[in-house]
Amino acid sequence: MLPKQPLEFYSESLAGVDRDELQGKLIVIEGPDSVGRSTQVARLRFWLEHQGHAVMDTGLARGALAGKGIQRAKEGNTLGPVTMTLFYATDFADRLENEIIPALRAGFVVLTDRYIFSLMARAIARNEDRSWIEKVAGFALVPHAIYYLRADVRDLLARVVLGRGAFDYWESGMDMRFGADMHDSFVRYQTRVIRALDRMAKRYNFVIVDANKTPDQIFRELRRSIGKLF
Amino acid sequence: MRLLVPNRHKGKLIVVEGIDGSGKSTQLSLLSQWLRSQRIAVAFSEWNSSPLVRETTKRGKKKDMFTPVTFSLIHATDFADRLERYIVPLLKAGAVVCADRYAYTAFARDVIRGVSRRWVRNLYKFAVRPNLAFYFRVPLEVAIGRILGGRNAIKYYEAGMDVGLSRSVEESFRLFQGRILEEYEAMIEEVGFHVIDATGSIEEQQQQMRDIVSQQLGESLQNGVMRATQGDIDAAKAAARIL
Repeated sequence: MLPKQPLEFYSESLAGVDRDELQGKLIVIEGPDSVGRSTQVARLRFWLEHQGHAVMDTGLARGALAGKGIQRAKEGNTLGPVTMTLFYATDFADRLENEIIPALRAGFVVLTDRYIFSLMARAIARNEDRSWIEKVAGFALVPHAIYYLRADVRDLLARVVLGRGAFDYWESGMDMRFGADMHDSFVRYQTRVIRALDRMAKRYNFVIVDANKTPDQIFRELRRSIGKLF
Repeated sequence: MRLLVPNRHKGKLIVVEGIDGSGKSTQLSLLSQWLRSQRIAVAFSEWNSSPLVRETTKRGKKKDMFTPVTFSLIHATDFADRLERYIVPLLKAGAVVCADRYAYTAFARDVIRGVSRRWVRNLYKFAVRPNLAFYFRVPLEVAIGRILGGRNAIKYYEAGMDVGLSRSVEESFRLFQGRILEEYEAMIEEVGFHVIDATGSIEEQQQQMRDIVSQQLGESLQNGVMRATQGDIDAAKAAARIL
């Protein structure tokens, strides 16, 4: 059992939050698109519940306030890069204040499929100012653990081809036209996202997990590490 | 910290700020007519008007879902959308863009709702710095008299009811606008407002605005910004009718 320490905010305190009340655990699974995060979140949830923990899981653009608006904006053709970053930040803040923090108060384990890091990496990949977005997202709580499922762009490419069999407009960063077609744009955009995440690893204490291992190996690794948080 | 990005485009950005009832919208409308009469291409942008986030803002207000942070962020999203999709392209084209409220509205209101001054100023760092920012200074009682005389119902968020200053809408409006006024007053030097005494006559205020515009932007208004011939105006109107 680790000594209990109150969770902290990165750089900006949220009004009305008593950190001592936050009894739960905040666990983040990060990584680029189609790296296998959601599979791991589902398995971890099952395992944690089996252990007797109440689990709440959440992920980008799933909030009640802005989730639908983001989906609709992405279906249109006029979503600018800064607008997108801020729309996602709105959704994140909504989920943090209205889902994550209440769950932590109630002693839940909160498993989040991505956190501020993907949001920041996407912004940085789109040439937005690093320090700007870090400060915007500064009201986020510092998680108990951040697992970064790391893969190279050629692995992601294989997953897209073998999995869905087609490139996604946004996952390819086509809004920025990084390349002449979906493939070229995907490669350049995802390379930039991965580079941005890599650069955050040390600063934000990511636990790096090699996403080229089998899902079972990754799950065992995560389980071993998460087990130590209790 | 560097506040707001300098405007490196051909067009010019003019913004008006002030509490509700300060008369800023009337003055901006008169100014734009004057600019148009000189055949200058003018465009407008209003606070909180992006179609992209309208549904989200409506949902949040209707269901009382906002916190100070999400309220601030959704307004910044709205602003970013108007900036990226509308204001910046128009400035590049050489238009004079007139904005009724700008980032400074957020600097004043969001702070009262509970976010820090430092955080909200960073949030809007991506904004283009206006070429001219007018602040219409008016005593609270004068503004309230104008608002209460003009319409019957003050809206929930306009009155800052979500801030919880008072249960009475009118009292809350008074307290909320009073605090916004203090925030505006405190940022005059920081953001470089041109202060207009909004208790003067409409004509006097307009003359002051025009003098400042001529003095500060005179050269670029003569050559630089987009000027429209009568032929352009007619063709644009005809095209807009077809659309």
